[in-house]
Amino acid sequence: MAKKVLMKGNEALAEAAIRSGCRLFFGYPITPQTELSEYLAKNMPKVDGLCLQAESEIAAINMVLGAASTGARVFTSSSSPGISLKSEGISYIVGSDLPCVIINVQRGGPGLGGIQPAQQDYYQATKALGHGDMHFIVLAPAYVQEMATLVGEAFDLADIYRMPVMILADGALGQMMEPVDFEAKRQRVLPEKTWATTGHGGKRPHNIVNSLYINPDELERIILERYERYKEIEEKEVLFDTYMADDADILIVSYGITARIAKTAINMAREKGIKVGLFRPITLWPYPSKQLAEYADKVNAFLSLEMNMGQMTDDVKVATSCKKPVYHYGRTGGVIPTPDEVLEQIVKISEGGAK
Amino acid sequence: MKNLLLAGFGGQGILFAGKQLALAGMEADKHISWLPSYGPEMRGGTANCSVIISDEPIGSPLVTKPDILIAMNGPSFDKFIDKVVPGGIVLVDSSLVSQKTDRTDITVVYIPATVMANENDLVGGANVIMLGQLMKVSKLFDFDFFVECVVGETAKKKPKLAENNKKALNLGYNF
Repeated sequence: MAKKVLMKGNEALAEAAIRSGCRLFFGYPITPQTELSEYLAKNMPKVDGLCLQAESEIAAINMVLGAASTGARVFTSSSSPGISLKSEGISYIVGSDLPCVIINVQRGGPGLGGIQPAQQDYYQATKALGHGDMHFIVLAPAYVQEMATLVGEAFDLADIYRMPVMILADGALGQMMEPVDFEAKRQRVLPEKTWATTGHGGKRPHNIVNSLYINPDELERIILERYERYKEIEEKEVLFDTYMADDADILIVSYGITARIAKTAINMAREKGIKVGLFRPITLWPYPSKQLAEYADKVNAFLSLEMNMGQMTDDVKVATSCKKPVYHYGRTGGVIPTPDEVLEQIVKISEGGAK
Repeated sequence: MKNLLLAGFGGQGILFAGKQLALAGMEADKHISWLPSYGPEMRGGTANCSVIISDEPIGSPLVTKPDILIAMNGPSFDKFIDKVVPGGIVLVDSSLVSQKTDRTDITVVYIPATVMANENDLVGGANVIMLGQLMKVSKLFDFDFFVECVVGETAKKKPKLAENNKKALNLGYNF
């Protein structure tokens, strides 16, 4: 095994991107993800790469669009308010079927909000980051190791399915340090980028990257083709993890940093004899609905735990066909729930007294 | 599992000290996590960081009930002293913290680390002096192993700093 290095989540994201062969980064600094661009500013030139601080988030995402058109691996990074600014460009990238990686190290919102960790961009990331019928893959790491591993996955998935892939992290994961092993990564077979605008040299018809289709029949055909790809992704690329879920009476559904808080609370609850487990979606889109549904007949209740006001609750209800009660517990605005608070909810639910 | 909380003013090397503990934990093949405060605190107010060293994978990286507290200013002492678990260890930089605790269920060491650093030509080294004393009272790591970790981390780039850190660790340990 390779030697592990101690790194901040933000730095691990950056290093993993370099190791994934990405040589282009366009971004605009924002707390709490700035270490990422700082790391790249220092290290991209060493591998003949480019780390460019654009004049704005909007400029950065459109530089990503341009670079992605040439078939180059490219990524951008921001935190919540900056991602909102990028949403137009992201829709254009989806509409142009271009691969890229977008990182959101979430902070409190709405508006400028705050700079502390949050998961308040769940709806935005999974449901509506751009206009039009569109999806993209959303990956939610919970460990610094996973931040590194999932960046590699994100670039591969983007290339295979020709779409943006978002890493949805939060300020705590971005700022914390844990050991990372960069060798741990799945190897995939990647398609050739025959669509890239690299200059045809008179040897083939020219490629056009575009998201404008005036003829509705043509636009519909393209969207339907894209939804075929979405279906394939839903079948093949769902990722999730479980912890003590097999015999659980109560199943916590939680992703990212809060899933770890859930784990600590689960250990505390188990000591009290309460059978509680964790279901952790790693892909937030596609949501692991089928896999979660299997627990609907086994458990008595679900607890959706997030650092927001309950944005994932509906996904849990839909996935489990509302067969069992779905409770929510969360803190918001940048407050991290403590394991004690979560334990209190678990106890309430086990006594049938939760709201 | 050990939950550590280090707290003080920004600029005292709180995050650096926490990182040394995390690195030593990693060298010792433990699961470790290091979580800093990164808000307005690090822009001149109070800074703190959570370090967890564990045999098991780590859940919540945020330490709310520390086994070990290192308090390097008065506000941090006041804020966290009652959060320390019974049987826990508290190290207080008594050059900067005038308060004492009434708690008898924890081990408290008052060490004038900042004065010691200034008197020994180690200005800014109070954080490392605290770590030296921590190794003595907590036996978290073998002292020589820990010195090697801290010195090894800085030796290549900043040999003078490595030498100072070694001196500071010894000062703290032998207090």
